[in-house]
Amino acid sequence: MIELQAVGKAFGATQAVDGVSLTIERGEFVVLIGPSGSGKSTLLKMINRLVEHDRGKILFLGAEIRSFRPEDIRRRMGYAIQSTGLFPHWSVARNIATVPELLGWPAPRIAARVDELLTLLGLEPQAYRGRYPHQLSGGQQQRVGVARALAADPEALLMDEPFGALDPITRQTLQDELAHIHRASGKTIVLVTHDIDEALRLATRIVLLDRGRIVQAGTPAQLLAQPATDFVSDFIGRTDLGLRLLGLQTVAERVRAGGLAEGTAIAATLSLRDALSLFVERHVDQLPVVDAQGRAVGALHFADLLGPQR
Amino acid sequence: MPALALGRGGRGAAWIHNRVLGVLLCGGLGAAVGLAFLSVAPNRLVSGTGLGLRDLLGPAHALLGLPFAGLVLAIFARPSRAVHAAVVVSAALLLAGLVWLAGAEAGRLSGASSTLTRVSLGGGFWALALLVWLMAADAVQRLGLPLVQRTSVHVAVLMPLAVLLGAGALDQLSLLKEYANRDDVFRAAGWRHLQIVAATLLPALLIGVPLGVAAARSERLATPLFGILNVIQTLPSIALFALLIAPLSGLAAALPGWGIRGIGLLPAVIALTLYALLPIVHGTAAGLRQVPAAAIAAATGMGMTVRQVFWRIEVPLALPLLLSGLRVTTVQVIGLAVVAALIGAGGFGALVFQGLASSALDLVMLGVLPVVALAIAADAGLELLTAALQGAQP
Repeated sequence: MIELQAVGKAFGATQAVDGVSLTIERGEFVVLIGPSGSGKSTLLKMINRLVEHDRGKILFLGAEIRSFRPEDIRRRMGYAIQSTGLFPHWSVARNIATVPELLGWPAPRIAARVDELLTLLGLEPQAYRGRYPHQLSGGQQQRVGVARALAADPEALLMDEPFGALDPITRQTLQDELAHIHRASGKTIVLVTHDIDEALRLATRIVLLDRGRIVQAGTPAQLLAQPATDFVSDFIGRTDLGLRLLGLQTVAERVRAGGLAEGTAIAATLSLRDALSLFVERHVDQLPVVDAQGRAVGALHFADLLGPQR
Repeated sequence: MPALALGRGGRGAAWIHNRVLGVLLCGGLGAAVGLAFLSVAPNRLVSGTGLGLRDLLGPAHALLGLPFAGLVLAIFARPSRAVHAAVVVSAALLLAGLVWLAGAEAGRLSGASSTLTRVSLGGGFWALALLVWLMAADAVQRLGLPLVQRTSVHVAVLMPLAVLLGAGALDQLSLLKEYANRDDVFRAAGWRHLQIVAATLLPALLIGVPLGVAAARSERLATPLFGILNVIQTLPSIALFALLIAPLSGLAAALPGWGIRGIGLLPAVIALTLYALLPIVHGTAAGLRQVPAAAIAAATGMGMTVRQVFWRIEVPLALPLLLSGLRVTTVQVIGLAVVAALIGAGGFGALVFQGLASSALDLVMLGVLPVVALAIAADAGLELLTAALQGAQP
């Protein structure tokens, strides 16, 4: 869907992005990550021409992005940023309606879409439609920011550290909702972050950048299990590596059918990392497991956390 | 506001609840006793003898005591909305009563015989009227009303004065006699004054707003621009008028038939426009600069064109500061336009300077009062307009 071919961008003497090639398929959730100054944000902004690349080629749906008017390509890609950039003089509804309005949708269609999105992001339309951004909490503002990015049903979604300014609990809730939206809609999402846990939780593919170049690109499991260089290991964090690997897998993957364990049951969708924490906290070596409907499906054994030998 | 009452009581005598009102009333009593309420002269050329409020008040004016007593009681009353409202009503009644008294006494003193006798308002009247107005304004403030209602109350307080004026109850005051003598001059001066203000504000906006936009976009332009505008602002207006006479006279000589003259409306409007630029440019630039950068980044990133970002995001968000700049400018120009009469531009200033030259204080007041009224009205009008434009916004 989006193809970068040896793309480069220099600001003065510094190469912000230096020969990056990357193909993003439809439905992928690609997370661009790296230390500050790695060029991740510049790379994202080149995709919707907020920053013009000066080397290489960028294709969107097979066509060179310079063959579109910048406004047109931006309206086809949702865009959300860290400080939300909500327009303080517009109501929540009008903020969400920004791109549909630019595209000239009829009013009833816009109104219906606004309500649909507010509901999707867990904001009661009746209560929130007419509010102004300053009347919302930080988390609610970011929900509106995400809804606004999704408003015109864009072909791709570009997000520049969308959850960076939120407290950890709100951030995790919104990450879960974004993951849900991605699974449900199959939208192509490109997200920039410097938070490795956010990347591991959300990405179908992580692209780790340093000084304008791609260091490694792969699934979260690949990055954890086969780091390409020391830089990758350092960036992910050597000490937490095992925990992060467990964080990628769910209880459902290791549960043994049958068997009755004592204690409060845990959900099959829980990550193994959280399960490990419960083993230690409760001082047990088996935990009963239930599925989403609350039916017992078996037990998780402490010894099974390690999984089959690699 | 119980907390406020406690705080106020705690600092002094617990039974005094409204210190501001107390101070204003004491000042009013001082003015009533110490200053002349009216001054009577056999004709407009000699200076008159002063008459204090004591000399004028008779048993027939006992009713004036009622609103006064109400105001005195309010000092000691526990603050509540009802008390504040009572203060507003009492002050309005007292103000109307004072004006009515001045008008009625002027009629009695000048009598039917001599049309030359002049009864003018003394310092005591002006001080009392001002203090009573302040009492009303303070009480309105304490009521904490929204803007539109607050303005309406202010208008309502002044309404009895307009009625008295319209009904001819004040016609025997020398101020009104001066007005009657030069009814047409007054009207012409008023019309000319408005012309000067309009002819200043229009070019000031047309030049100032684009300059403000440019200053907000470019720091390299903003620094020298504000430097120049600040220097202009510090020039005394008379000096600026004088400075313009020479080049404009030269221009007039070079281009005969263009209607350019070194004195009159043109130099006045040019000078006033130069003064008006600073608040407008400043308001525009400050308004645009405080538009959140994230809003502009998001608007651009979602596919608004530069023009759409400007009109849909930047202009509405900058408008409140732009309008407050316009408010400052308008009030300033209405006042400065008085001085423009010195170079023959006309307006209410012509009355003021004519009065000053002939030591006719009433004529000066005839020029000053409408300027004050105009400035207050313009300020309130633009405040209401600003609020109306923001009405749909937070």
